[in-house]
Amino acid sequence: MAENTPEPGQTKIELRHVHKWYGDFHVLTDINLEVGKGERVVVCGPSGSGKSTMIRCINRLEEHQRGQILVAGIELTADIKNIEAIRREVGMVFQQFNLFPHLTVLQNLTLAPIWVRKTPKKEAEEAARYYLERVRIPDQADKFPGQLSGGQQQRVAIARSLCMKPEIMLFDEPTSALDPEMIKEVLDVMVELAEEGMTMVCVTHEMGFARTVADTMVFMDRGEIVERSPPKEFFANPKSDRTKLFLSQILAH
Amino acid sequence: MAGATAGIVRPKRPPPWNDPRVRGIIFQVLFVAAVLGIGAFLVHNTLVNLHRQNIATGFGFLGREAAFGIGESLIEYAPSDTYARAFLVGLTNTLYVAALGIVLATIVGTVMGLARLSGNWLVRKLAQVYVETFRNIPLALQLFFWWGLLRQGAPAPRQAWHLLPGVLVSNRGIVFPVPQPSPVYGWMGLALLIGVAATWAVRRWATQRQARTGAPFPTGWAGVALIAGLPLAVFAAAGAPLHLDMPELHGFNFSGGTSLSPEFGALLIGLVVYTGTFIAEIVRAGILAVSWGQSEAAMALGLSQGQRMRLIVLPQALRVIIPPMTSQYLNLTKNSSLAVIIGYPDLVSVANTTMNQTGQAIEGITLIMAVYLTISLTISASMNLYNRAVALVER
Amino acid sequence: MTDITDRDLPLPAENRAPRTHGVLHWLRVNLFSSIFNTLLTLLALYLLAITIPPVIRWALVDAIWSAPNGNACRGDGACWAFVGEKLRFIVFGRYPYDQQWRPLLVVLIFVSLIIASCNRRLWGRRLGALWLGGLVAVGVLMWGGVAGLPYVETLLWSGLPLTLILAVVGMAFGFPLGILLALGRRSDLPAVRAICVAYIELVRGVPLITVLFMASVMLPLFLPSGFTVDKLLRAQIAFILFAAAYLAEIVRGGLQAIPKGQVEAADALGLGYWQRTRLIVLPQALALVIPPLVNTFIGAFKDTSLVIIIGLFDLLGTVNAALSDANWQGFYVEAYVTVAAIYFCFCFFMSRYSQMLEREFNKSRRR
Repeated sequence: MAENTPEPGQTKIELRHVHKWYGDFHVLTDINLEVGKGERVVVCGPSGSGKSTMIRCINRLEEHQRGQILVAGIELTADIKNIEAIRREVGMVFQQFNLFPHLTVLQNLTLAPIWVRKTPKKEAEEAARYYLERVRIPDQADKFPGQLSGGQQQRVAIARSLCMKPEIMLFDEPTSALDPEMIKEVLDVMVELAEEGMTMVCVTHEMGFARTVADTMVFMDRGEIVERSPPKEFFANPKSDRTKLFLSQILAH
Repeated sequence: MAGATAGIVRPKRPPPWNDPRVRGIIFQVLFVAAVLGIGAFLVHNTLVNLHRQNIATGFGFLGREAAFGIGESLIEYAPSDTYARAFLVGLTNTLYVAALGIVLATIVGTVMGLARLSGNWLVRKLAQVYVETFRNIPLALQLFFWWGLLRQGAPAPRQAWHLLPGVLVSNRGIVFPVPQPSPVYGWMGLALLIGVAATWAVRRWATQRQARTGAPFPTGWAGVALIAGLPLAVFAAAGAPLHLDMPELHGFNFSGGTSLSPEFGALLIGLVVYTGTFIAEIVRAGILAVSWGQSEAAMALGLSQGQRMRLIVLPQALRVIIPPMTSQYLNLTKNSSLAVIIGYPDLVSVANTTMNQTGQAIEGITLIMAVYLTISLTISASMNLYNRAVALVER
Repeated sequence: MTDITDRDLPLPAENRAPRTHGVLHWLRVNLFSSIFNTLLTLLALYLLAITIPPVIRWALVDAIWSAPNGNACRGDGACWAFVGEKLRFIVFGRYPYDQQWRPLLVVLIFVSLIIASCNRRLWGRRLGALWLGGLVAVGVLMWGGVAGLPYVETLLWSGLPLTLILAVVGMAFGFPLGILLALGRRSDLPAVRAICVAYIELVRGVPLITVLFMASVMLPLFLPSGFTVDKLLRAQIAFILFAAAYLAEIVRGGLQAIPKGQVEAADALGLGYWQRTRLIVLPQALALVIPPLVNTFIGAFKDTSLVIIIGLFDLLGTVNAALSDANWQGFYVEAYVTVAAIYFCFCFFMSRYSQMLEREFNKSRRR
C-alpha cells in the first residue's frame, strides 16, 4: 500500500502535548501525533496503555486536560459549536457496535444525516442504501439490529458512520467483540475503505490488517507514545524494548 | 412388512395407566373435582349460615333507599337515593382521587427520579432522603399523619392560613376560588380543541416538509403556542372577563368558592408522596438502563443533546419505564381503598357502610372486587398491547 | 523515537495532575458546576434553611421530656413525655402487663432470625430448622397455656409482635403456596393452569383491604355452624392468600429465567417432574429472585398496618389507641413519628440488605 506523507495544510488531526488524568492517574502523557490526509494510522499496545482514551479524545468522547487537539483545522475545546462541527467530520466505530436497537438498519443510517446535516429523507435513504451495498448487506435494510449477526452489525455501524460523509474515520477495537469467523468480513470492509483513501486511525490487535493497510504504526504503553514508524520498520526492527516485548507476545501465535 | 398399511408404522399405544396423556386428564379431572367439591361445600355452608342469621341474598338491596349521607361527592346524592346510587358516588370518588393521584404522582416521581440522577450532589441527596423516607413507612401511617396535620394542625377557619389570595387552609379543608360560569369558557374550550387539531396538522406538515427538504421545524414549541395561546387569545379578545367566586368567611365556615375536605387532601397527598417514591425509582432505573454506548454513538454522529435525548435515550428508556409505571398506577388505584381508614367516602368506604346496614357482606365484597378487577384487567391488557407494539425486535 | 520518561525522578511541573482534590474543587464540580446547578444548590439550601431549624427547635430545643399529664406537656416543642408514657403500650398493646416479657422475647427472636438469615453461609436446611424452631417458640410464648405460662388469647396480641407475626407467618406459609401456584401456572395441564391463573389474577387485581374484609366476614360463613374462627387466624389467612399470589408471580419470573437446557438435561438423566423441579429448577429459580422476595417481605411488613380495619391492634392500631387517651390529647405528631421510626428501621435495613444482595448477584452473573 503506497505510503502517504502529509503535505502542509493537509494535516487532518494534530495532537500537541496532550495530557489527561483520571483523578491522580496520568492516563495520557505528552501525546504528540499528526495524521495527514489519507494517512492510515494503526495504534497498538497492551491494555490500559491509553490507546482508546486517545482516539476518544479526538471526538471529545473524553476530555483532555492539557495540550491542544486540532481536527480538520478546528481546535477542540469546551466550545460546543466546535465539538459539534468536529463530530460531523469524524466518524467512529465502536467495539460494542452501539447500533440503536429501536430503529431499523435503514433508520440507523439515515438518522444523523436527517437530523444533523438536514438532508431530505429520500436523499438520505439513497445514500444509506448505497453504503449498505458497499458493506455488502443491502438486503438487511428493514431489519432491526437485534436480528443481525455481530459481523453484520459492525458493518452496519461502519455504514452508519460513512453516511455522514466524514473526513476521518476512527475505529476503537472494531473486531474485538466479534466471533472469529466474522472478523474477516469487517476487516475486508475496512481495507476497502483504506484503499479508497479514507483518513483512518484504528486501534486494533489485528496485526495482519495493520501490515496490509497501515502507513504508520503507533505503539503506546502506559499513556505514552513509545514508538512510531512505518509497518515494515515497525515489525522488522522495533527500536524500543517495550515494543519488542509487546510484539513478541502478540505475534507468538 | 408389506401390506395395505405399508409405510405407516405407528408406535404402540402404552397401557392407559402409563400413558402421560391419560394420566394428565385423570389428574385434571380429580383436581377440578376437588376444587369444585370444596367450593360446593363452602357455598352450602354459606347458604345455611346466611339463612340461619336471616340475611338476605341477591342484589335486590341495590334498589332500596340508602338512608346514609355521604360527605363529598362529584355527582348529586341524597340519603333518599338508592344504594346503587351510593355505590356510584363511591366509584366516582375513587376514580377521581385515583386519576388525580396518578397525574400528580407521575409528575412528582419523574422530577424526583431525575433529581436522583442530577449532577448536583445536594439535589441528589435530598431526593434520596425523600425516596428512602417515604418508601419505608406504611401508607396507612402516612395517611393518618397527613389527616391529623390537616385536621388538627390547621387552624380554625377564622385563623385560616392564607397561602395565596383566595386559597385558605383551615381544619375544615382547603378552599379556593372558582371562576364563575361564563360563555367565554365554552369558546376557550373550543379554541383548545382547535389548538390540538392545529398542532396535529402542523406536525404532519412539518414531518412532510422535513422529509422533502431536510429542514426541521420546532413542532414542540409551535404546539405549546397553539394549545396555550389560542384559548388565551380568545380570553383576551373577550375582554378578559375573570370573575372569581371567592370564598368568604361567614360565621364559622366559608361559603363560596370550592373546598377540598381534609380527608381528600390527606388521601391525595399520602398517595402522591408514597407512590411518587416508587415512580422515582422506576424513572431512574429506566434512564440508567439505556447503555452509555448509545449516548456515545449518538454523540459521535454529531447529534445535539436534545436530539440525543429525544431520538435515542427516551424511546429506549420509556420501554423500560412504562410497564412498571402502569403497575404503580394500579397500586395507587388499589391503595386508594385505604380511604376507609380516614373516612373519605370512596368505593370501599361506601360499600362498608352498606354492608354494615344490610348485612349483605358477600354481595358488597363481590361488587368491590368486580370493580377493582375490571380496572386491573383493563390496565393489564392495555399494558400487554403496548409491550407487544414496542417490543424490540430480536432474532 | 522519544526516550522513555524516567519515572523515578520527580515529575516536572507540566506533568503533575491538575488540582482534583480539596473541598473547593468538590464544591465546584458537585454543587456549582453551571448556572443552573448553582441556582438549584441555592434553592435547596434555602429550603433546608427554612425547614431544618424549626424542626430542630420543635424536636429538641423546646421539647418537653417529662410531664405528669397532657396539659403539662403543651408547649412550643414536642412532647416526648407522651412517647415515654405510652411507648410500652404502643409496642406491646393490650398484652397483659406483667407478661410482656414474653412478646419482648418474641420480638428478639424474630429480629435475630432475620439477622441470621442475612448470613449467606447459614442458608440451607439449618436455617429452615432455625426458623421452624423460632416459630414454635414464638407460638408457645405468645399463647402460653403450657410450661407454666398463663394463657393469653389472640385478641390481646397487639403492637410490634403482632405486626411481626402477621408478616412472617404470612410469608412463611404464602411462600410454598406461591411456589405451587407458579408451578401450576406453567403447567401443561390446561385445567390446572386455568385455575392458578384465575386465582393469581383475581387476588392481585383487588386491594388487600378487600381480601381482609373477605377473610374477616366470609370465613365464618364458609364454615359449618358451630365452628368459630379466631379473628387473628382470619387475618393471617388473608395475608397468606394475598402473599401467595404476589410470590407466585415472582417465582414464576425466576422459573422463566432458567434456560431450557436445564430441564432438558434433567430429563435426559431420567429425573421425573417433581424430582427435576425440587432438585434442579427450583433451587436455581429461587436463588435468582431473592432480592424481589425480600422486597415482598418489606411490603408485607408495611401492609400489616391494614389490620386496623378489622379490629386488630397491630403497631398502627396501638398508636391510634394511645392517642385516644383523654389525658394525653393531640400529640399525634410525636406518636406517628415514633412509630414511623420503628417501621423505618425494619424496612430500611431490609431494603439495604436486598440492594446489597442484588449487587452481589449481578457481579457473580456478569461474565
